[in-house]
Amino acid sequence: MHSFSPPSRRSFGLRLLSGDTPGHPVASFLMAVLVFVLAFAPLLFAGTRAVATAARVAIFVVLAASYDLLLGYTGIVSFAHTLFFGLGAYGVAIALAGSGPSWSALFVGSAAGIGFAALLGIGIALLSLRVRAIFFSMITLAVASVGQVLASQLHDITGGEDGLTFSVPPLLSPSFHPFTEPVLGVRIDGRLNTYYLIFVVSLVLFLLLLRLVNSPFGRVLRAIRENEFRAEALGYRVVVYRSLASAIAAAMAAIAGTLMALLLRYNGPATTLSFSIMIDILLMVVIGGMGTLYGPAIGAALMVLAQYYLEPALQFLAELTAPFPLLSAVFQPDRWLLWLGFLFMLVVMYFPAGIVGSLRARGLYSQTR
Amino acid sequence: MGDRIFASAKSEKARSGLAASAERNAPALLATDGLSIRFGGHAAVDGVSCRFPPGTLTAIVGPNGAGKTTYFNLISGQLRASSGEVWLNGERITHLPPSARARRGIGRAFQLTNLFPNLSVLENVRLAIQARSKPGFSLLRLADDATEILEQAFAVLGRVHLENRANIAAAALSHGDQRKLEVAILLAMQPRIFMFDEPTAGMSVDEVPVLLDLIEAIKAERQHTILLVEHKMDVVRRLADRIVVLHQGRLVAEGDPASVVNLPIVREAYLGRSALS
Ligand SMILES: Nc1ncnc2c1ncn2[C@@H]1O[C@H](COP(=O)(O)OP(=O)(O)OP(=O)(O)O)[C@@H](O)[C@H]1O
Ligand SMILES: [Mg+2]
Repeated sequence: MHSFSPPSRRSFGLRLLSGDTPGHPVASFLMAVLVFVLAFAPLLFAGTRAVATAARVAIFVVLAASYDLLLGYTGIVSFAHTLFFGLGAYGVAIALAGSGPSWSALFVGSAAGIGFAALLGIGIALLSLRVRAIFFSMITLAVASVGQVLASQLHDITGGEDGLTFSVPPLLSPSFHPFTEPVLGVRIDGRLNTYYLIFVVSLVLFLLLLRLVNSPFGRVLRAIRENEFRAEALGYRVVVYRSLASAIAAAMAAIAGTLMALLLRYNGPATTLSFSIMIDILLMVVIGGMGTLYGPAIGAALMVLAQYYLEPALQFLAELTAPFPLLSAVFQPDRWLLWLGFLFMLVVMYFPAGIVGSLRARGLYSQTR
Repeated sequence: MGDRIFASAKSEKARSGLAASAERNAPALLATDGLSIRFGGHAAVDGVSCRFPPGTLTAIVGPNGAGKTTYFNLISGQLRASSGEVWLNGERITHLPPSARARRGIGRAFQLTNLFPNLSVLENVRLAIQARSKPGFSLLRLADDATEILEQAFAVLGRVHLENRANIAAAALSHGDQRKLEVAILLAMQPRIFMFDEPTAGMSVDEVPVLLDLIEAIKAERQHTILLVEHKMDVVRRLADRIVVLHQGRLVAEGDPASVVNLPIVREAYLGRSALS
């Protein structure tokens, strides 16, 4: 009857996941594949492009999962998440472009970006006290636009529309080659270091988020999502919880931004602040399954892969079907966005609660623990 | 907790500030003083002064729209008074938010069931326990590690006979079971003031006794102040130490059950009502 297993009986692995599993064999399998591929990407893929894609997946896992903390767990509909992403990236970019590729500049720039993002997150959450949900969402949209405008107008600081290109500390720089020969078949270089920095930070943040949502704090967030009025009547200061959730989500998005800046050694409005990224994040969370964390991770992987490989895949199919002009036209690579839309529709039709959410519901896994 | 009830010098001072109605010796745990709220021009609660002595059960009766629920909302903080005061242990709590009042021991079960619909029955109760327990605010501990909270939650569910439904979503419960869960959440809060707003409304006949026994058991502890809004006169007679009658937002009568139920204004109000139902 009791759905909980006493802590002593939980394995180390389960504790690492904070007792929260994907909840369905298929979801677990997808997560296992994702973690495996990300963990060994530099060994599995020869090309730098593939490894960069893997890094991008890891970054978007954090971005989408941190957004899920807001949207799926706390029920806050904010469109300002890219602003925090951008703050982290600009923190690193401005510091490194300004004072050269030192670790201290990287540290100060990241800390400033992350700290500012967290404060802004609290500020935005406090706004939600004053206005109703729909107006709150619109205000976040306005705040995000202001961020974009500032980034492109403050040319001297941000590099404007062109953005900032900068060098990273030597250890992370592509020109870093401690060994002339590959070690155990792997070229040790700055790119590899950067990749594993991104991977490890992302993994730790994801596990931290899992822990958060399964902590007493996380339980209260879900209570607020379900019935804010009753949560308050039980004695929870809803504002405090909302603000803290917002600050944490903002800080995590900012960390994802710092990782993005390190990966690209560049940052500009289009790479971290654009609304199309905000929409991508929303889709990742909704497609994967709101309020599951694993869902957004899987959603992030699928979205990034689709963006990178749908076009070449269509190209391949179009060539394959060349003898049949009509069919070939359907697979015209320029139509990849159309195909993406079609895939979304399929997912929404067959997985109304998102991939992980719907799988859990089918597996009779009670999402209501 | 009990030591906080009548303790501080501050509360002594504040209590002496209470209106002239404070001569009675028994200190009131909860009191309202000229409490009013207006919606537009309409006073839904109009100058209600009342004291709720500790260890007693006060039934609040009155016809539909009399302002009973609104009065409750003013006490537990969901609505802010237009004028007048709410006092708890001599502390003026009129302007505190509901969460602060809940932490001071005001617990409320709502007339319209007010649960966390997609969370499990167990989780609904656990949240109420967590709200008052020390490790309540923790970001990195696992909620499921707090086994003592889980045990307490199951104990509370046992009291309303919902322990077998612990793992289903609150929204999936029958109406009667949802009413029981509403009360279970209140029990789990372990408040000093219990506020029940028509707890038996919409329950099937065989479910009602469980609930009444429960309220009676809380009352028998004589530790708590209980406010009960109830339309059924037999329930009121069985449970109430005292009856307060609200009518059009005003307190029109109060006293022991035997005398109050025979007052013309009460008979009028309730005859009108029973003629309808
Ligand atoms: N938020 C509000 N805005 C405007 N009017 C309100 C509001 N809340 C209550 N009222 C009005 O105040 C009056 C008292 O309502 P209330 O719900 O307190 O009555 P009640 O005694 O609890 O009735 P019932 O027995 O039907 O539960 C009603 O006329 C109601 O329409
Ligand atoms: Mg009412």
